[in-house]
Amino acid sequence: MIHLPIAKAKDRLFEADPNNAPTEDLRDEIFQLEKEGEWIVQRVPEPYMEVKTKYGRIKKIPVEKTWHHKSCGQCGHIPGYSTSIFWLNRQFGLDYYDPTDQTSCTAWNYYASATSNPEAQAAVALRNFASAYEQGYFPLIHCGTSFGHYKEVRHALVHQPELRRKVRDIMKRLGKPFVIPEEIVHYSEWVLAMRHRIAERQVIDMSHITATVHPACHYHKLIEEDAIYDPEIYGAQRTAIVSATLQALGITVGDYSSWFDCCGFGFRHILVSRDFSRSFAVQRKIEVMKEEVNPDIVVTHDTGCVTTLDQSQFAGKAHGKKVGLPVLSDSQIAALAMGAHPYKVLQLHWHNTDNKPFLEKLGIDHEKRWSEFQAAVEKIKSGEMEYLTWEDADA
Amino acid sequence: MAKNIGYPLDLKMNHYADVSYDEKERLFEEVKADERYHHVLYGCYECGICVASCPSARFYDFNPRVIAQALAREDVDLVYTLMEDSIWDCSQCFSCDRCPRGNSPGQLITIMREVAVRNGLASAKKALEGYGRIIYKIMSTGSQVSPDMLQPNAFPDWGVHVNEIAENLELWRKALPPETLHTTETGWTVSDKTIIELYLIWHMTGVMDLIEGIDEGLFMILVDVMEERLEDAGYDITFD
Ligand code: SF4
Ligand code: SF4
Repeated sequence: MIHLPIAKAKDRLFEADPNNAPTEDLRDEIFQLEKEGEWIVQRVPEPYMEVKTKYGRIKKIPVEKTWHHKSCGQCGHIPGYSTSIFWLNRQFGLDYYDPTDQTSCTAWNYYASATSNPEAQAAVALRNFASAYEQGYFPLIHCGTSFGHYKEVRHALVHQPELRRKVRDIMKRLGKPFVIPEEIVHYSEWVLAMRHRIAERQVIDMSHITATVHPACHYHKLIEEDAIYDPEIYGAQRTAIVSATLQALGITVGDYSSWFDCCGFGFRHILVSRDFSRSFAVQRKIEVMKEEVNPDIVVTHDTGCVTTLDQSQFAGKAHGKKVGLPVLSDSQIAALAMGAHPYKVLQLHWHNTDNKPFLEKLGIDHEKRWSEFQAAVEKIKSGEMEYLTWEDADA
Repeated sequence: MAKNIGYPLDLKMNHYADVSYDEKERLFEEVKADERYHHVLYGCYECGICVASCPSARFYDFNPRVIAQALAREDVDLVYTLMEDSIWDCSQCFSCDRCPRGNSPGQLITIMREVAVRNGLASAKKALEGYGRIIYKIMSTGSQVSPDMLQPNAFPDWGVHVNEIAENLELWRKALPPETLHTTETGWTVSDKTIIELYLIWHMTGVMDLIEGIDEGLFMILVDVMEERLEDAGYDITFD
C-alpha cells in the first residue's frame, strides 16, 4: 500500500501566482486602449502604497491627492462614517478633495429597480471620473456598491467598443475628458494600506476587544479578483479587508459560520420589503455572531451593511432575538483608536444599537463626550456658532 | 397582468397561458440579445451552490438555480413566469457568482429585470410601487439617499431613534465638520453644473423612456423639474 504524504488543510499555504491567474489583468487592456487613443488613463498619484489582490497581483493605493467619491447612504444616514474618513486624512495632514461636482453612482437604483441602462450608468461613472481628473485628484470610492458597480462599468467599457463609443460621445457633448482611473480604489483599501500608520498613532487600547467582520458583497463578490487578499489573514482564502485593519489595531477578529452571507440589505428590500432585510440581518448574521463569537462590536465597510445590521436589531430585540451588537465602519474604529470624538467625529448618535457598553469598555466617558457635543449643538442653535468646524471637533 | 399565484411557486403550471407564446418568446429574445447575457450563462451543473449561497432563497420561494436552468433550457413559458413572479425577490448580492460553471444568476436576473422594466411588465410596476421617491431623488438631485428620508413613518421598525434624528435633523446636520454635509435634501451639496450634466446624461441615454413606461406620474413630475432647470441653464430640451 502506498502512502502519499498529504498536508492537512491547515498546514497548506495558498500562494497566489499572478502568472496563473484565471482572469485577464484588466489594467493591461486599459493601457492598451490608451495607446490606441481610446481614452486617457488617470495614473495613481505617487507616492502610492502597494497591496495584493486575490490572484497575487499588485494594486496601487494612493496615499493622498484623493478625490472623495462620497456615498449617499453614508452621508445621508450615518454621516460619521464619511466624517471619520476625512478626519483620518486630516490627522495625517494629507491633501484630499471633498467635491460638490459629484453625483451618486446610480448603482442602488440599478440593482434595485433596473430603471437605468448601461450607457447611462457608464456615463454617470465617467462623468464623476472626469470631474476628479479635471480637479487633479484620484477617485477614492466610499461606497462598496459604487466600487463594485464602477468595476463592472470599467469591465464593460473595456470589452464593449460600442458602449465605449457611446459614452465617449456623451462626455464630448458634456465637454468633459474621457478618462478612466488606473485603479478603482475603495476607501477601506486605503484604511487597510494605512493601518500601520494608524496603529502608530493609536491612543485608545483595543487589545481587549473582540470584533466580528462583515465583508461587503459588492466589495469582494463583484469582480472578485480586485479585492485585497493576504496570506496572513484567513490564509488568503478570503478577503483580508477590514480584518487586517482591525488586527493591526490589536483587536481580536472572531470567525463565524455565516461570514460569507450578505447582510440582507437587498437594495429594494431595505426600502420596500424590509421584513426580509430585518429577518436576514438578525437571524443569519447578528444571532450567529452572538452565538458563535459574542463580540463587542461588528465592523464592516459599506453603507448598506452598517445600516442593515445596525437598524435591524431594534425589531429583533422586540422579538426576543439575541441581538445588541453595535455596528461601526472600519473608518470609525480607526478614528476612534486615534482619539476621535465619538459624537463630533464618529457621530454615533446616528446609529441605532446601543454602543455605550463598547465605549465604556474602551474607557471612554460617553456622558462627558455627549455633553460636549450637546454644548456645541446649543451654540449652533443660539446662533453663536454657524457650524461645527474641524477645529471644534478636535477641541 | 402579474398574478398572485401565491406560495409555493408552482413552476410546473403555465400560469400565463393567456399571454401568447410569441410575446413570451419576444421578451426572451430581448433578454438573450443583451451584451452581458453570454458572459453570465454557460449552462448549469444543477449543483445548487448558488442556492446555498443565496440569501433570498432562505426567506422566499425563490431559486437562482431554477432561473439559470430555465434560461439555459430556453424554457420560454417558465422564463416568463419567473419574470413575472420571481426575479424581484433577488437581493442582488452576487453571492451566486461563486457558481462553478461561471454563471451569474444575479446578473441574469438584472438583465431580466431590465427587460421587465423596458416592457412595462406588471411585475415590474408592482415591484416598484412605493419606490418612486428613490428614483425621484437620484434622477432629480444627483444623490440617491438623503437625510430627510429618515422619517418615523418611513422607518417605524427602526425605533424611536429615527424620531430623534428627524426632530434634530437641521441642527445635527450643522454639527457635521465636513462642509459638504450640511444638507438635508441631498446626501451632500451637489453643484448646479453637476445636476445639469446629470440631466443631460438622462436625456442623451433615453433613461426617461424607461421611467415613463413604469410610472407615468413620476415621469411627469421629473420632466417638469428637469425641463425647468435645464431651461434656466440655457438648454432648450424636452423629454417627450
Ligand atoms: S444575487 Fe440574487 S440570486 Fe444571486 S445569491 Fe444574491 S439574492 Fe441570490
Ligand atoms: S451554481 Fe451554477 S451550475 Fe450550480 S446550480 Fe447554480 S447556476 Fe447551476
